Amino acid sequence: MADTDTLPPADDTAVNPVGGIDQAVGNFQYDVNYEFDAGTGLTEDTVRYISSVKKEAPWILEFRLKALQTFLDKPMPTHWATKDLENIDFSKIRYYLSQGQKPKRTWDEVPDDIKQTFERLGIPEQERKFLAGVEAQFDSEAAYSNIKDIVAKQGVIFCNSTEALREHPEIFKKFFGKVIPTGDNKFSALNSAVFSGGSFIYVPPGVKVAQPLQAYFRINAENFGQFERTLIIADEGSEVVYMEGCTAPKFSTSTLHSAVVELVALKGAKIQYITVQNWANNVFNLVTKRGVAHEDAEIKWIDCNIGSRLTMKYPGVVLKGKRARGEVISIALANDGQHQDTGAKMIHAADDTTSVIVAKSISVGQGRSTYRGQVHIPKHLKGCKNNTECDALLINTNSRTDTYPAITVRGDTHAVQHEASVSKVSEEQIFYMQQRGLTEAQAMSLAVNGFVNDLVRQFPMEYSVELKRLIDLEMEGSVG
Amino acid sequence: MHTLEIRDLHVALTESPDKPIVKGFSLTIKTGEVHAIMGPNGTGKSTLSKAIAGHPDYAITSGDVLIDGKSILEMEPDERARAGLFLAFQYPSEIPGVSIANFLRAAVQARLAEGEELDATGYYKKLYSKMDLLKIDRKFTSRSVNEGFSGGEKKRCEILQMAMLEPTFALMDETDSGLDIDALKIVAEGVSAMRGDKLGVMLITHYQRLLDHIVPDFVHVMYDGRIVKSGDKSLAFELEAKGYDWVKNELVTA
Ligand SMILES: Nc1ncnc2c1ncn2[C@@H]1O[C@H](COP(=O)(O)OP(=O)(O)OP(=O)(O)O)[C@@H](O)[C@H]1O
Ligand SMILES: [Mg+2]
Repeated sequence: MADTDTLPPADDTAVNPVGGIDQAVGNFQYDVNYEFDAGTGLTEDTVRYISSVKKEAPWILEFRLKALQTFLDKPMPTHWATKDLENIDFSKIRYYLSQGQKPKRTWDEVPDDIKQTFERLGIPEQERKFLAGVEAQFDSEAAYSNIKDIVAKQGVIFCNSTEALREHPEIFKKFFGKVIPTGDNKFSALNSAVFSGGSFIYVPPGVKVAQPLQAYFRINAENFGQFERTLIIADEGSEVVYMEGCTAPKFSTSTLHSAVVELVALKGAKIQYITVQNWANNVFNLVTKRGVAHEDAEIKWIDCNIGSRLTMKYPGVVLKGKRARGEVISIALANDGQHQDTGAKMIHAADDTTSVIVAKSISVGQGRSTYRGQVHIPKHLKGCKNNTECDALLINTNSRTDTYPAITVRGDTHAVQHEASVSKVSEEQIFYMQQRGLTEAQAMSLAVNGFVNDLVRQFPMEYSVELKRLIDLEMEGSVG
Repeated sequence: MHTLEIRDLHVALTESPDKPIVKGFSLTIKTGEVHAIMGPNGTGKSTLSKAIAGHPDYAITSGDVLIDGKSILEMEPDERARAGLFLAFQYPSEIPGVSIANFLRAAVQARLAEGEELDATGYYKKLYSKMDLLKIDRKFTSRSVNEGFSGGEKKRCEILQMAMLEPTFALMDETDSGLDIDALKIVAEGVSAMRGDKLGVMLITHYQRLLDHIVPDFVHVMYDGRIVKSGDKSLAFELEAKGYDWVKNELVTA
């Protein structure tokens, strides 16, 4: 066992460097004059407007318009998902808001009203401290985007999708929409029609990006829909860690966040994608995330979902090349009024591929957690492995948790293991901790942190500190 | 000097308040004193100690508990704890994933004033010295609280927590049960080391042998929810020799 606890952690009292993800800190809004506004509601004109302000090539507009049709044609997936989806009123949403399409390279150039938002969220400070590059998206477009010289010199490209389409069309087009086709689901189609912003990363062969690249997604406007599109390509033998954080102010009406994230890890490459998101309670968060891992490549999703009204997200890996490895680590915390519908997908498509899913959900009060897993190993393959672990923690009796693991394994040379558990934080445990002087909220928070501890240990320090603090805050709010 | 006064306490289960378990228990404990409580199974010793600590399963139907003349019954369990009350549980809970080091650290931190930061180096120094005293392997700091602990290890862990949190009043519920002979001695030495004019102890036990190591100032016999007999440590010997029937018969004839 790791002996780390026996030593006083060195950096233990340091100020939290990723404080910006804190919803309490994030719950503010500035009035911003948007120069570009696609108005309310979604029609072909909306799509044409977005494409034209971005000065896009004709093929992109065509791609968008086709996607719009797919979106309109596809029914809501309420036959398996929650009926709450029907409460999204697509005609009341604003699909594009920005002050311009070109992000600034220095914070000094970022307009004051936007800059103060990110300063308040602590982004420039984090960038100085531990990041290789930052992209800060404000509503529809990146307001700031920068990559440290040393990383850029290695040939790493890090920009937003708008820029990437303009400046790196060949490579963008080659991979874009290939991992997640437009028609994958209703929301990937929606994203494909109106996408804006999101990161584009290309890491050249053999380059190992030492520090993480980070994107921060900020929703500022009410009734707004954020549809960023992220594409990460790690060329042969390269390595990259990408982190994203998200917040929005609390509005009384609902906000929509519907991203599409595609990862491509070419032969022997490694991509680690870390999300710590803490949306306000009115956000519908419907995100499609998938990666393709080629021969000997590795894709790892670390996905922490806190907040939102409804999150539906099942990061996946298509294990396309021999010995490819896919991993999803998912932590979901569903507090009162929240539904976390999360999970993972592992599609084995080559011999000797390995996938690991560890999903931990916490339901508090009326909060609801759902796990959906899909592991697919076809008959013609040999020597595939999957390990799925799915644990739920319930805090108080009204919490609800459902598990839908779907594991289809054909053939007899595979090793598949599935474990599931449901545990409860008992009144006795809470009392025990309270007897030692901890408040009820602190006790609950400690129990939750204990539950996810084995996973959080694998996170970069900055993110584990942040996650712990977010859990503290959620628990604080959950005791009356 | 501080006092813990238990005044004519009546306790029932919260869910059935008409069925009393503790029925008129009175006792005053001063710092510097050790009071042993002995009594047959099911007589309400654990109920008493948990009710004093504020366990939600138990309702105090009448009577009062006061620290230095001030009632603590309106206080939350954690406020009572921070006011100096410690309960060494008969059956300690397991807290999966939370290491002893982090748990105690949170508990120590909870006792600091707002904005005051815990001195990590000092904390670990103290933790290790207490562990050495109780002969607990330092590896235990990274183990989850009570998870997978043997019965004796759990009890030792309770004493470790008590040593770290330095309560004014400790309610020790059968801390000796489950301990082997050597462990009993170590734990007793640990408690004796804490003894002094800063600590008052209520020591619930079934066995005289613990009292050989922690010599009590008073021994009380609890029967049917209240104290029926009090004396000095010789009462424990008498009880061991004669059994509870002796007390029962005395009650009947009285
Ligand atoms: N939570 C509870 N639910 C139901 N009954 C309870 C509960 N707590 C206590 N009781 C009952 O109250 C009575 C007193 O129990 P308590 O545990 O206080 O006894 P005790 O004196 O500590 O016994 P022991 O020496 O065996 O530890 C018993 O009859 C017990 O069954
Ligand atoms: Mg008992």
